[in-house]
Amino acid sequence: MSTAISDATPADTAPPAMSMPKQRGYWGTVGYRLRYDPVTLFFIALLVLIVLSAIIAPWIAPNDPYQESIIRRLKPPGYRGHILGTDELGRDMASRLLYGGRITLSMGILPVLIATLVGGGLGVVAGFAGGLVNAIIMRVMDVFYAFPSVLLAVAISGAMGGGAVNGMIALTLVFIPPLCRVAETATTQVRNLDFVDAARATGAPLRLVLWHHVLGNVLGPVLIYASSLISVGIILASGLSFLGLGVKPPEPDWGLMLNALRQAIYVSPLAAAMPGIAILITSISMNMASDGLRAAMDVRS
Amino acid sequence: MMMSPPEASDSRDRGGPQQPLLTVTGMRKHFPIRSGILGRVSAHVRAVDGVSFTVRKGETLGIVGESGCGKSTVARLLMRLLNPDAGEQIFDGDAVGEQGGISVAQMRRQVQMVFQDSASSLNPRMPVQNSVAFAPIAFGMPKAEALGMAQDLLAKVGLNPGLFGGRYPHELSGGQKQRINIARALALSPRMVILDEAVSALDKSVEAQVLNLLQALKRELNLTYVFISHDLGVVRWISDRVMVMYLGEIVEIGPADAIYIGPKHPYTRALLASRPALDPDQRRLEAPVSGDPPNPINPPSGCRFHTRCPYAEPVCGAHAPALGDATQFGHLAACHMQDPGSGHTAAGRPLPPVTH
Repeated sequence: MSTAISDATPADTAPPAMSMPKQRGYWGTVGYRLRYDPVTLFFIALLVLIVLSAIIAPWIAPNDPYQESIIRRLKPPGYRGHILGTDELGRDMASRLLYGGRITLSMGILPVLIATLVGGGLGVVAGFAGGLVNAIIMRVMDVFYAFPSVLLAVAISGAMGGGAVNGMIALTLVFIPPLCRVAETATTQVRNLDFVDAARATGAPLRLVLWHHVLGNVLGPVLIYASSLISVGIILASGLSFLGLGVKPPEPDWGLMLNALRQAIYVSPLAAAMPGIAILITSISMNMASDGLRAAMDVRS
Repeated sequence: MMMSPPEASDSRDRGGPQQPLLTVTGMRKHFPIRSGILGRVSAHVRAVDGVSFTVRKGETLGIVGESGCGKSTVARLLMRLLNPDAGEQIFDGDAVGEQGGISVAQMRRQVQMVFQDSASSLNPRMPVQNSVAFAPIAFGMPKAEALGMAQDLLAKVGLNPGLFGGRYPHELSGGQKQRINIARALALSPRMVILDEAVSALDKSVEAQVLNLLQALKRELNLTYVFISHDLGVVRWISDRVMVMYLGEIVEIGPADAIYIGPKHPYTRALLASRPALDPDQRRLEAPVSGDPPNPINPPSGCRFHTRCPYAEPVCGAHAPALGDATQFGHLAACHMQDPGSGHTAAGRPLPPVTH
């Protein structure tokens, strides 16, 4: 072996004729990659539109969503100023869908958001700490896992009484165990990699190691799983409403509307399908957007 | 630049050049094996079993041995990525993690490590210059300044910072990644760097470049290395002293030339003889040591090498030979043949030269 010292090796230091890559951080790269993904951008825009229209429903709704009319039941779209027709009690469908989005989206998104923070946090702690802490957290989660999710949601909201808020709490508790499990698995995988050891070996505080080196690698799988839970959440919420445990009529809720209009499917199939279409579009956008985000976050590809 | 100039008077130097930078005494790590539904400990893997050695300031201590002999466990114990079951670690006169000594965090700021797997030791979701700058930022350096320093370090390890700084690990080759790992290890201006198989996964030509880089950095930054490898040639080239490990114990330690020219322990001799000969007429047809190392869960009694040793006698299975005082810097071997009073029939007689 040669004892000559070469500080710089030609292969690595010679500036090739390629352009200098811009210096940007991780999230900068993710944003940059998202800009070139039109499909994801479209679904993100759609989601923003859905959420926005739910928020400003009182200002854009063409009619009062609670105004019933016996003679105007199940009218087709376009009937006398009802753009999307009327429901089984003669209420304006368009207004009810807009107002329904407020409750449905919060029933779908809020529990998942809270469960992601709580369950994901617990999972990261369990996965990183390992040993006894892991055993305690994960066995408690297993207890919740033992019940089917629908049954658990029904049991919890049944015990606490009906109402939208109690329904949300029930859904949050249902979603914590699976999210905790996903976060724990991802953390356990990352924790044993050398770069986490290398970060620990610098003597940096543990919270910084977790924040910079563990969390970024756990966020992807947790995010994609959480987004798939949002559509489950909307459907579970409508199930609770059906059982009289969630949203109570005449409050507009997509799930509740779906159930009520189910019986009208032969009379007015379009009206019966509309709440379902709203749920479908929302959950597809949610899945596509989170899938695109995950792909953008996976800077290796 | 945060680097201290390469003068002998490092402000962190406490005991002067004569005081060893690192002294390890009786370090032990046994991994429990749990079995059954209750997870009872049924046995232990004796990964490191009572290891004592000293690293002088400014030297390179090579650690060699077969796979599974405990080399990497020693590295992780020194960094306290694993907690030792027993043993004392004194860094420049201060006991690590003990009353009146320095804390593990304080020790880690002065000792850094380069891992074998260059790919998994970099965060896949972080531009490499951020990986290098992580520790300085964690210790309060402003982000812009830390990134500037990271770029200086990239230049120091031979990578164009403008070209490579913003890249992600998967965009770099193995040798480039290992240079980044070295830059990261240097980011806190350590006094000691533990290189755990740091060049083993690289191509021979890249390996030579990285070794040259390591030597240059050592001189420039006044570093002390613990260099762990299974590659005997590389260890001889880079090391001032060499320590040979077998099944969690030190079997021989001494100056590199003394060990390579006149190995005292039959295991070291077998290791050296197992290097491929460059002369085709001298090719060996059978392996100098046969079989796998014994199970570290239940190591052989007495001398752990006696099951594979060509010179083994009953005394070898009965008593474990002592290495002697490893805190001194002589050439020591834990073998009954080195001890005239041991009862081994070949004790005190010179061994035949190592053949290829």
